[in-house]
Amino acid sequence: MTTTTTTTAGGVKVVKPTVGSYINDYWGRVRGGDLGSLPAILGLIVLSLIFGIARDTFFSSLNFANLFNQGAQVVFIAMGLIFVLLLGEIDLSAGFASGVCGAVVAILLTNHGWDWYTAIPVALVTGIVIGFVLGFLVAKIGIPSFVVTLAAFLGFQGLLLVLLGGGTNISTRNEFFNSLNNDNLSVTWSWILAIAAVLAYAAVQFNQVRSRAKRNLVTDPLGVVLLRIGGLAVLILVATAILTQERAINPAINSLKGVPIVVPIIGFFLVLWTFVLGRTSYGRHVYAVGGNTEAARRAGIPVDRIRISVFVIGSFMAAIGGIMAVSRASSVDPNTGGSNILLYSVGAAVIGGTSLFGGKGKIINAVIGGAVIAVIDNGMGLLGFSSGQKFIFTGVILLIAASVDALARRRAAATGNR
Amino acid sequence: MAATPLLEISGINKGFGPVQVLHDVGLSVYPGEVTALVGDNGAGKSTLVKCISGIYTIDSGTVTFDGNQVAIHSPRDASALGIEVVYQDLALCDNLDIVQNMFLGREKKRGIVLDEPTMEQMAGDTLASLSVRTVKSLRQLVASLSGGQRQTVAIAKAVLWNSKIVILDEPTAALGVAQTAQVLELVRRLADNGLGVVLISHNMNDVFAVSDRIAALYLGRMAAQVKTTDVTHSQVVELITAGRSGNLGLPPEKPADFGGDVVDITPGGDK
Repeated sequence: MTTTTTTTAGGVKVVKPTVGSYINDYWGRVRGGDLGSLPAILGLIVLSLIFGIARDTFFSSLNFANLFNQGAQVVFIAMGLIFVLLLGEIDLSAGFASGVCGAVVAILLTNHGWDWYTAIPVALVTGIVIGFVLGFLVAKIGIPSFVVTLAAFLGFQGLLLVLLGGGTNISTRNEFFNSLNNDNLSVTWSWILAIAAVLAYAAVQFNQVRSRAKRNLVTDPLGVVLLRIGGLAVLILVATAILTQERAINPAINSLKGVPIVVPIIGFFLVLWTFVLGRTSYGRHVYAVGGNTEAARRAGIPVDRIRISVFVIGSFMAAIGGIMAVSRASSVDPNTGGSNILLYSVGAAVIGGTSLFGGKGKIINAVIGGAVIAVIDNGMGLLGFSSGQKFIFTGVILLIAASVDALARRRAAATGNR
Repeated sequence: MAATPLLEISGINKGFGPVQVLHDVGLSVYPGEVTALVGDNGAGKSTLVKCISGIYTIDSGTVTFDGNQVAIHSPRDASALGIEVVYQDLALCDNLDIVQNMFLGREKKRGIVLDEPTMEQMAGDTLASLSVRTVKSLRQLVASLSGGQRQTVAIAKAVLWNSKIVILDEPTAALGVAQTAQVLELVRRLADNGLGVVLISHNMNDVFAVSDRIAALYLGRMAAQVKTTDVTHSQVVELITAGRSGNLGLPPEKPADFGGDVVDITPGGDK
């Protein structure tokens, strides 16, 4: 393989990457234990093929759309958990925190007759307050996050029961609210958003290359950039094409087509948090505290404030997840956010490639890991497995993902690539 | 060699409760020179450095920087003056790359967005000025660097901010032979670039290889500050272990100075 060295940035010689060396580097990182989302993506493909072959309904556009609605709550909670996990902390209360926030929104909508635009902000503020209290107890009082959030797990479970008056079910009738995680965008809007997303991604990528090239810095090879843009374009456009098919069993009565409304919402938060983690100094500081707290402290980073903030983001995203769960069911009950939701969310983050040891993870992990979880849940359901069997299988997958994380970390320590 | 010291401290006293660690210590650091700070374990080297860098506040004494008397109350004051310390454990984040580590806590921004091209360029310029010419990529994770390369990144991080004095705490302690030579070369280059360098070291070979002056601490007192060319290896070892060597160093202890007949020779402790 030929590599040309280039002089850049005031005289430091670095290797100018080619498409070949780029792929080679990536493979080297994978072998060195930096797996990222690769195992999850492979798992997603294998599982989808197995379920698709066993039940042809798995690949129907109706089922495809269902996956997004079913997985939304887990994906939102997992996005918030990734911030917490990046610091090597854990939030066990995220599931019931989402339940509590869901109950708040349902009570305001139904019992107090508020409209969605006032009820949803109150639920979000509830999430922020919860996160602040958790973060304060961990950062300022110094209680391990495991204990704080275990106590909160129990506490919020009780709070949810109290809010719902001992276990009644409150249903929501606000049309807009219920549409959030049930209805679809019109076909036109689906295409407009899909194409806008592809164009925006391409613009960001090219802009990055251009601004680096202008300073004479090393840029990713053009082939890799085009491959990335092309890959995303194919993925989004094919998905949009499938989702804009008519998927109602009886279209004459109730037409069902278009991208589920929840997809652009997931996309929005994916972009927002990826931006925050990757492009702002706040995100940089989160990684730094997760990687080496002492180094971060000496660099003048307010470690305690960062620690509180990740719990705030975690519970805020749990609130979004709760809102989506209530919207999906059009009701809230004492088990909203309970049962397997928390474990699925932690599982989604870890399966997606976020490390339980802190310092390593990306927001996209939540989406990929969440997709794996949703596919298992949905596919095994289609195959007629019982809930018990689904739990066992998901548990095994989570164990495998955690083992991959731990082994990759050991391998990385051995190759000096932690 | 420059005649006026860049940093001059004199009469520094520092105690922790009943334990007096530094007695009337003076030290001069000249621009363009490497001043080696030597002393046995517990002689007070680390305490002195922490006083200079603002982690500890001094009990009494004066600090003069660039001709002006200054008070250093916090690490922030020290970095504002241009004093940077590279600690033994380097304080780098393994999960961040070279550029990210060098700018940690002081990131360049455009609006709220990190200005990566500018940071990468500045990092590259700084490394180049230290004659570091071959890294595979400035975007390499620090985890994948060798010990010597990490030390280089830590030193580059310290000189990135137009610092005037760089204090290095045992930079070669954990390194192999070849890497030690590289780091020492880098230390020499820092001084040649006009910085005042303080090198804390136990290794006499390193000290004689790069330093212009040697300051020897003995039980919390400055035994002697001499030009490296004026002393021999064994004289420095004597200064470290006994506090004096011939007519150099502390005056001989007079028995009358001690109240009782028991002479307590326990070092004051380093902490």
